[in-house]
Amino acid sequence: MTAPTTYRILIGKPGLDGHDRGAKVIARALRDAGFEVIYSGLHQTPESLVRTAIQEDVDGVGLSILSGAHNTLMPEVVRLLTEEGADDIFVFGGGIIPAEDIPGLLDAGVKAIFTPGTPTTDVIDFVQTACDEKYGVQESGE
Amino acid sequence: MTSPLAQRVLDGEHRAAARLMRLADDGAPAARQALTELFPHTGNAYILGVTGNPGSGKSTLVNRLIKSFRATGSTVGCIAVDPTSPFSGGAILGDRVRMQEHADDPGVFIRSVATRGHLGGLSRSTPAMIQIFDAMGFDVIIVETVGVGQDEVDIVRFADTSLVVLVPGLGDDIQADKAGLMEIADIFVLNKADRPGIKRLEREVRTMLSLHRAAADGQTTRPPICLTTAATGDGLPLLVEAIDDHRQSLQRQDRRQRSLTQQAHLIRAIARTELEILFEETATAPQFSALVADVVDGTTDPFTAADAFLAALLRRNDV
Repeated sequence: MTAPTTYRILIGKPGLDGHDRGAKVIARALRDAGFEVIYSGLHQTPESLVRTAIQEDVDGVGLSILSGAHNTLMPEVVRLLTEEGADDIFVFGGGIIPAEDIPGLLDAGVKAIFTPGTPTTDVIDFVQTACDEKYGVQESGE
Repeated sequence: MTSPLAQRVLDGEHRAAARLMRLADDGAPAARQALTELFPHTGNAYILGVTGNPGSGKSTLVNRLIKSFRATGSTVGCIAVDPTSPFSGGAILGDRVRMQEHADDPGVFIRSVATRGHLGGLSRSTPAMIQIFDAMGFDVIIVETVGVGQDEVDIVRFADTSLVVLVPGLGDDIQADKAGLMEIADIFVLNKADRPGIKRLEREVRTMLSLHRAAADGQTTRPPICLTTAATGDGLPLLVEAIDDHRQSLQRQDRRQRSLTQQAHLIRAIARTELEILFEETATAPQFSALVADVVDGTTDPFTAADAFLAALLRRNDV
């Protein structure tokens, strides 16, 4: 599969929490790094996010969760993507995630977890690398 | 013989359609093949364009319109265009935030797209995306342009009905007299009608219309003006009625004449895209650098060099 000219990322807010500052900061950082970012808005279900990811043909989905429901919602998004035959879309997460929950989420197929205080450059580097790997791109043209 | 990708799109597979839209957006050669195959299956959808100033409530309005089309059983494809940052090349595509209530409805397919530097209010790929939705069998295709100011009016070339969304408080009546946006409306939507200044805006649009349309001979009908508050849904039934009336009036018009106009624009859009690709290829070829050096060294001038550039571009096309 040839690499697209521009990588596309969905930033999603599943569940009931209404705090989207973090999601917006990440969305802006990715935009400024040259990504096309689709923002879902608040209060999404895993189903609606997966449908959105497919319609938008994104390369990855970033989930922002500050409500404590990450152990349910993040693996569910991964599971539904697989069910839809879209497991080439990688999932990463951020928010208030206790350290002891991270290994379980990674085991469930979440590719990376970013906790408060992470520099945005770390997130950008991760997303860039994950997209490059997906298409077998050696070095991004930066 | 239909290629697998085109076949999957015709079968209504969202994943395949989304992928083809991206290939089209990227100007990939594979897109051209599939789109060629889809073309015979197009021409059935009703295309509604929604344009207007940034922040005028287009997305919220589109969300309402999707709902009303769905209520009549029509399936809806929606293309939402947002601007690309001229500095990073990235974009935040946020229109669908207002439309996510339809995310779980299989009869609705929403696609966000960035302008990627294309002017006119649409992306270069918008005509291709319309084709894809059309071939998939969507009854209605809504195209929401990027928030526009004055002369970004490409939408009118592709839409059957164009809505121009205006809001109170953005300027005096000289703004309404300017050319461009104000001339393309089949229906004016004055949104945020609960805001101060709505009466004045309505008066200005009416005055503008009476002057413009009186001057143009043969124009007996003026576009209707609908007052809405998209956030609450106020005024929506009348707008839906106006859209329906316009759609009916189209069906009474000469179909062939309309097709001739629309296809002329489509052919030009495709040719322009191909030309831009050739242009980029020529401009990044080593021969071009040599040409630039020649101008700098004084062995030729920019005009002769531009002729050589064009000759090289046309040769490229032969291959």
